[in-house]
Amino acid sequence: MSYISHNGEDLGRILAAIGIERPDEVFSTIPPALLCGAGLAVEGPKDEESLRRELDFRPSRVVFAGGGIYRHHIPAAVDALASRQEFVTAYTPYQPEISQGTLQAIFEYQSMMAGLTGMEVSNASMYDGATALAEAALMALRIKGIRRVAVTRAMQPSYRSVLRTYLAHAEVDGIVEIPFDPVTGQTDLDALEKSAGPDTAFFIQSPNYFGVIEPMEQVARVVSGRAGFWGVAVTEALSLGVLKAPGEYGPDVVLGEAQSFGNPAGAGGPLLGFFCTRKEHVRRMPGRVVGLTKDREGSQAFCLTLSTREQHIRREKATSNICTNQGLCALRAAIYLSAMGPEGLKRTALQCAAGARFLMGLLKEKGIAPVFSAPVFHEFAIPMDEDKLKELKSAGIVPGVPVSRQYPEIPGSVLVTVTEMNTQEECRCLATNM
Amino acid sequence: MEIPEQLYYTEDHEWGEMVEDGMMRVGITDYAQHELGDIVFVELVEVGTVVAKGDPIGTVESVKAVSEIYAPVDGEVFKVNGALTDTPELVNQDCYGEAWMVVLKVNDPAQVDTLMDARAYQAYVEAEAK
Amino acid sequence: MSGNEYVTRFPEVREPLLNLKGAPGKNKRVLPAPFDTAGAADLPGTGDLPDLPDVSEVETVRHFTRLSRLNYGIDHGMYPLGSCTMKYNPKITEEIAARLAPIHPADTAAMEPVLERLAQLQEHLGEICGMDACSLWPAAGAHGELTGMMVISRALKSRGDKRRTVLIPDTAHGTNPASCTIAGFATKAIPSGEKGYLEASILRQHLDRDTAALMITNPNTLGIFEQEIGAIAELLHKNGSYLYMDGANLNAIMGVARPGDMGVDCMHVNLHKTFGTPHGGGGPGSGPVLVRQELEPFLPAPRIVRDGSGAYALEEEPHPESIGKVHSCLGNVSVCIRALAYILSLGSRGLREAATTASLNALYLKNRLKSLFDLAYETPTLHEFVLSDALQKEGGVTTMDMAKTLMDFGFHPPTVYFPLVVAGALMIEPTETEPLEELDRFVQAMENIAAMSREEPEKTHESPRTAPVSRVDEVWAARNLILTWPDGRIQPGEEGI
Repeated sequence: MSYISHNGEDLGRILAAIGIERPDEVFSTIPPALLCGAGLAVEGPKDEESLRRELDFRPSRVVFAGGGIYRHHIPAAVDALASRQEFVTAYTPYQPEISQGTLQAIFEYQSMMAGLTGMEVSNASMYDGATALAEAALMALRIKGIRRVAVTRAMQPSYRSVLRTYLAHAEVDGIVEIPFDPVTGQTDLDALEKSAGPDTAFFIQSPNYFGVIEPMEQVARVVSGRAGFWGVAVTEALSLGVLKAPGEYGPDVVLGEAQSFGNPAGAGGPLLGFFCTRKEHVRRMPGRVVGLTKDREGSQAFCLTLSTREQHIRREKATSNICTNQGLCALRAAIYLSAMGPEGLKRTALQCAAGARFLMGLLKEKGIAPVFSAPVFHEFAIPMDEDKLKELKSAGIVPGVPVSRQYPEIPGSVLVTVTEMNTQEECRCLATNM
Repeated sequence: MEIPEQLYYTEDHEWGEMVEDGMMRVGITDYAQHELGDIVFVELVEVGTVVAKGDPIGTVESVKAVSEIYAPVDGEVFKVNGALTDTPELVNQDCYGEAWMVVLKVNDPAQVDTLMDARAYQAYVEAEAK
Repeated sequence: MSGNEYVTRFPEVREPLLNLKGAPGKNKRVLPAPFDTAGAADLPGTGDLPDLPDVSEVETVRHFTRLSRLNYGIDHGMYPLGSCTMKYNPKITEEIAARLAPIHPADTAAMEPVLERLAQLQEHLGEICGMDACSLWPAAGAHGELTGMMVISRALKSRGDKRRTVLIPDTAHGTNPASCTIAGFATKAIPSGEKGYLEASILRQHLDRDTAALMITNPNTLGIFEQEIGAIAELLHKNGSYLYMDGANLNAIMGVARPGDMGVDCMHVNLHKTFGTPHGGGGPGSGPVLVRQELEPFLPAPRIVRDGSGAYALEEEPHPESIGKVHSCLGNVSVCIRALAYILSLGSRGLREAATTASLNALYLKNRLKSLFDLAYETPTLHEFVLSDALQKEGGVTTMDMAKTLMDFGFHPPTVYFPLVVAGALMIEPTETEPLEELDRFVQAMENIAAMSREEPEKTHESPRTAPVSRVDEVWAARNLILTWPDGRIQPGEEGI
């Protein structure tokens, strides 16, 4: 396929207007030694049917995998609306007068995310939860006196990895991991108390990587007034539909992954990092933000604001280098939340929690107990060896995400996740095959 | 463009005015506020900050630009203009009056004499405009 | 319609904020409910409902449909944003990408063919760029820059070198210095020469033992090919410094010249620019990083590998010298698959034809407009060029006025006030996919604007007149900072502003 419209006559007119004879003359400023002589070893051109045939992907039959990326029901309206070309093929809304659609939708996304997390402001999105965490740590380290970062070991491993990648290049005195209780799976509060000092930015994930709901009241009591800065990571945004808004515990930031809001698992991406904070930190916040304003006639309008924090103005002193973010994913989240409504979000969250308990019950009947004892949201670790995992997978059942590679202290375990996309029958199928 | 006679000026377009005993009031010039456009945010250092000449004592922001404000001389920040936090537009309205930014306790009065006077600043601005 | 007449304002319905439309009980959606929620009674939840608008399905659909109609997209018309490469986004790539939706990344059987295709994309990008290795995980161009600079930082560390300064020409995107800072480098801006490209003799003056790298965009943001790139690479390498290339403008040279052949050590490409994936109103994009062999060990984890049976998989243990992970999963996978579909759809010849036509279209516009507007640099350009408002400003018409007036003729404006080296810049990149009729319509509109600037300049100050809103007050937004709807209930009009 070629997406160029010119026919021979058009090309003739163009060449004449430029004053050249052959199209290749446009490259006269490229030193000849640098020009590719032969064609590249790139396949194609291919017709659409060939592409359809060759690029075909299908999921396994039964999937109980989560661990930071979740399969949830996506109302048909989300795809229908978010695939409108006016949203899909637009650029970042630098020209607000002809981008009000994107701008208002993102403002609505910000409003809903701030509401759900119990925070005052939200940015317009980040790449994913892991980079949102890394950016939060960098933001904290710009606050005078903060030199160290502490993170719970029960924080999603990939988040901790990305955090380490970013902090390896920053001025930081150390990264501490706060252990979890091997019985409950909750973060060890005594260890937390020892690590949380005024020079430390502390981050906790709840529900944590093992699906375990952290004792946030106690965590907040230990941390507030002690840590210089603290944040809550939420990797399953759907939990916000039923658990208390993390903002109510008083953190400086609430961040994480909102892929669950209307974005598919999608083989791992795109994801949707969210970042919410309090007004006092807004000028330190990374990423774009949309503000409400008026046009010349006084009508309500929206535009990007607080741009002076950003790279295109502050360059090397910017709060972040982020430019393109996950705009369309944030739009999908806004449409999803609108389509689901308060009841829908809560009921779906409860379905997930109920499903996890249903499966847990079936497994207990077979003598398989979860690895941790504390209450979970919708996922839990169970013992399972590599062979069993392989056997199930070859039968078209993905029982979950293996965790032992990241946590050698919990050998032979898999994190099993149940959502409203699973059925009772699927749960029975998994239990029977164990 | 307004360049009051009695003030001292820097190459970074700040003005300084000797107010009382060893105190200098500092702000940005008419030229600077005009170049920046509508000011939307002013952030100033805390009272008590000790600064050397050329150290940042705050930032002013318009929608599309950020500009640092530098200390014209060595000293200690004695007062900051809190009103600018809520009404940054004062900088556009009255940059030599209500929109003063900080008052510095000047360490070395001799340093003040190294700053430009109104005529020199006028010439400096004209040269820069070219 | 021609470029001589204003578009009409279509009868849009102004849409209130969604929260003002909600009322309890409106949303009657029936949801999947496979389980008995009584089973979740132990959940330490709150009794409250989440704070969300309660609206019906029809209201959701109307709301976002109406919002969409306030936007301008490529399928509407020309979107000549310089250095953004707003080309047509082929529909087939959307269809292909949608097939990834139900796959969970832990579903290794389903992921195997996905990884195979991602590996194929890596190879194809390597071939197009003349580079040895690739990582697809950075989620956007700036993320790719950051990843690339971390790779360089790690490589320096690995050889015990403490260099900390990155040189960046003054024509660069703002992301370049910002990315360097996060990667732990100090940056130094260097002037491009009078000809609009970096001259090796200028670079030589700035090189020293602390120079870690030069970050260059080629062709640069003036649309000019960095013709001394060969000498520049040699100087850098002799000095023990790396050459990083920002691939934002790769569209101009794909299939024609390869960064690897120019001596580039590390670079990123923007799949959402060069390879036709949609920009989505601000993402998701994708910013793969490519390196030459010596830098490969430092690439982010995990790498795609082939296991004993030849199947594609993710490596289990990262290379000990890898910078580590830069994304929680695999970056923007579906964007990568779209880009692959695009590349396969064009093939080698198609890529070259796209690059050639991108330049032809830009040069066509430049030749037709250069007598009416100030052209900042005489040096020949490729896929984009920069005009300024120097001729119009005297009559009181600025670049901003011209940009807003273009909207009334039915166009998205070019990039404005960038690059910073040109005061009042209008940076125009039509891309290869614009039909000649649309280019002509753009020329007509620009001619009209030039005439208006001479004859009735004040008319341009009132634009846009046909957009859903008139000129938006960014100052009010910045002074009042209303960032969510609880605050948004204070409407601008109510405060008498």
